[in-house]
Amino acid sequence: MSEIASSVAPPVPAAAEKLKFYGLWIAAAIVLLLLPKIFSSGGSLTTFSLIGISIIFSLSYNILLGQTGMLSFGHAVYYGLGGFLVIHAINIIGANKWPIPLPLVPLIGGLTGLAFAMLLGWVSTQRSGTAFAMISLGVAELIASSALILRTFFGGEAGISANRTKLLRVFDWNFGPQIQIYYLVAAWTLIAVIAMYALTRTPLGRMCNAVRDNPERVQFVGYDPHVVRYLAFCFSGFFAGIAGALAAINFEIANSAYLGAVQSGTVLFATYIGGVGFFIGPIVGAIFVTLLSLSLSDLTPVWQLYFGLIFIAVVVFAPGGITGLLMMHRPLLKAGTLSRMLPSYAIAFVPTLAMIAGLILSIETIVHYTVNPGDDSHIKAFGVSFDAATPYIWAMAAILLVGGYLVARKTWTWVGHAWDDATSVAREKGVAA
Amino acid sequence: MLELIVISTLNGVLFGMLLFLMASGLTVIFSMLGVLNFAHASFYMLGAFFGFQISRWFGFWPALLIAPLLAGAIGAGVERFGLRRVHKNGHVAELLFTFGLAFAIEEIVQIIWGKSPVDFRVPPLLDFPAFTIFSTNYPAYKMFMLLVSIAIFAALLITLKKTRIGLIVQAALTHPHMVGHLGHNVGRIFMLVFGVGTALAAVAGVIAGPALVTQANMAGLLGPILFVVVVVGGLGSLPGAFVASLLIGLVQTFAVSMNGSLAGAFGPLSPAYAATWLSDIWGVTIAQIAPIMPYVLLVLILIFRPMGLLGTRDT
Repeated sequence: MSEIASSVAPPVPAAAEKLKFYGLWIAAAIVLLLLPKIFSSGGSLTTFSLIGISIIFSLSYNILLGQTGMLSFGHAVYYGLGGFLVIHAINIIGANKWPIPLPLVPLIGGLTGLAFAMLLGWVSTQRSGTAFAMISLGVAELIASSALILRTFFGGEAGISANRTKLLRVFDWNFGPQIQIYYLVAAWTLIAVIAMYALTRTPLGRMCNAVRDNPERVQFVGYDPHVVRYLAFCFSGFFAGIAGALAAINFEIANSAYLGAVQSGTVLFATYIGGVGFFIGPIVGAIFVTLLSLSLSDLTPVWQLYFGLIFIAVVVFAPGGITGLLMMHRPLLKAGTLSRMLPSYAIAFVPTLAMIAGLILSIETIVHYTVNPGDDSHIKAFGVSFDAATPYIWAMAAILLVGGYLVARKTWTWVGHAWDDATSVAREKGVAA
Repeated sequence: MLELIVISTLNGVLFGMLLFLMASGLTVIFSMLGVLNFAHASFYMLGAFFGFQISRWFGFWPALLIAPLLAGAIGAGVERFGLRRVHKNGHVAELLFTFGLAFAIEEIVQIIWGKSPVDFRVPPLLDFPAFTIFSTNYPAYKMFMLLVSIAIFAALLITLKKTRIGLIVQAALTHPHMVGHLGHNVGRIFMLVFGVGTALAAVAGVIAGPALVTQANMAGLLGPILFVVVVVGGLGSLPGAFVASLLIGLVQTFAVSMNGSLAGAFGPLSPAYAATWLSDIWGVTIAQIAPIMPYVLLVLILIFRPMGLLGTRDT
């Protein structure tokens, strides 16, 4: 009996591996703890809080997209409803002086998300693929439009607000200052990330992957794909509700934008740009997209266009997202052939950058002529000042764009050849699959 | 009452036919390429804005021809240089590509034409009341919209049923691989179908532009309803899309013209509940919930007939 068990079950991890695994989480906790000591300004604390919320939200989204293969266009419903319920909960708890401290309140948001996911999920998850995507979109529109009708509960256009400092105090924290909110968000982020990672290791998490890859086979094995999808949907709604609750606590307000299509789109962008194939992908994506949207909006008025273009570029050229791109290089790194790639990357980098610069230059020039044609033609974008009215700039934009494209296309074929060489060497060494 | 029924039926059929102009392209593209074109409503918007710009330069009638051709060419380009590249990454990537495209098109339209509505007027030739029923003047332009939609519907039907390319498209609807095996250039058919589908959406945009509001958010407003149409009708079913378009057009138009509410039917709510959320439900009129009607219909269809009205296959 023990022989069978030992041949079927994976080997018990060695002490070093265990240390590596738990060390990673402990290191993450220490980093979260020390982060405000290094960047202590109010702005960076707000940014960190937003990133933490975005990480939970993106990971919850990836339970659907990455792990169960369900593309949802309406994930913000559970995020937003969690936020609204939490604002109401804070008001009720505060008014009745119930002994519930603020750190426990996000759980209410999570349970709200869970309850609505249980309610709406059974119908939504009957089918996967394109039908599920459309259904999620329809359900999201239904909830978002209803929110504007039920004014008393959702507060109409203005939304509803609450005062988070009126709740029961623990350790004399009233959660007024941003630093305390940061630690609240950080703690919940760590808990949620660990919980969602643990979920991927459970049999349910494995069945989700199976449903994603081959639902028919799952039926033969004796599981109902619909039930598996439904369970994944419920868990996803739960964590989205926690993220929404933290957002509501952070801003002390919930409005209809929380439920809207923009929010759903943003989480999809963050998750996909980060990479859906790896657990860490949505975390990378959440950090990247939050920082990008905060910094781009300072640099250029049309940052949303760049956002869309980046997303399209990722879908077309790097379907694995940022982490997918990085992980592609792991076998090469192990085989020691990564250095062969570097010269071709360096060569390809220059014309690609030129093409991107040309694209940005043309976009900004066009924006100058269409959005504010009467203004001074000396405009500044991405910290660079130039005169949008001179033909010299137009010519430069055109040359950079077209020339960069032609040269870049050539150099990227070289990168392809170098890649083939490097992987074949790695394969000979028995590293790459 | 009769007046309301007649006018609402006319408007509902009109809106339904407009929806079908878009939904037909969307359905055929979905059936053949297996990808639901998220940016389909964006081509409707592009049609409206191209129509506005061209009608400023050359007048409305050239715009009615040129704008759809332009949008169709862009659509064909998107298929040839975008979707075909993404195809190897699977359907999710294709859907996400069109999603990103819809996002980018909306931003570009905002950059070029601004966020506020543009002044897209009904051409003077059609700016008169067509007929008067029960003291209501029915604008000639709406009749024109109805006629154009029906004409295109008829042309589409004849093309699909009677021509060679229509036969190939029909075959590719159900057996895309077999069509490829028979030696047809499936790639070119796909590009053509995508181009024609987006051009049809653009036609809807040009003729709807002057009657509705031509604004950068028009794709975002109409897009979800369009997807409701194709899901309710049954994904990939052209007759289903037709029935669902008319159904949603009529439901929404009738709902808008009705003023009844629970308060009207059962008397006002007792003052004790005046400040609770119950009063919202009690006081809301049918006209106010008209925007959510299509989505309610969607949920009902999903519960009682998940395949859609005339759908046969599971995606």
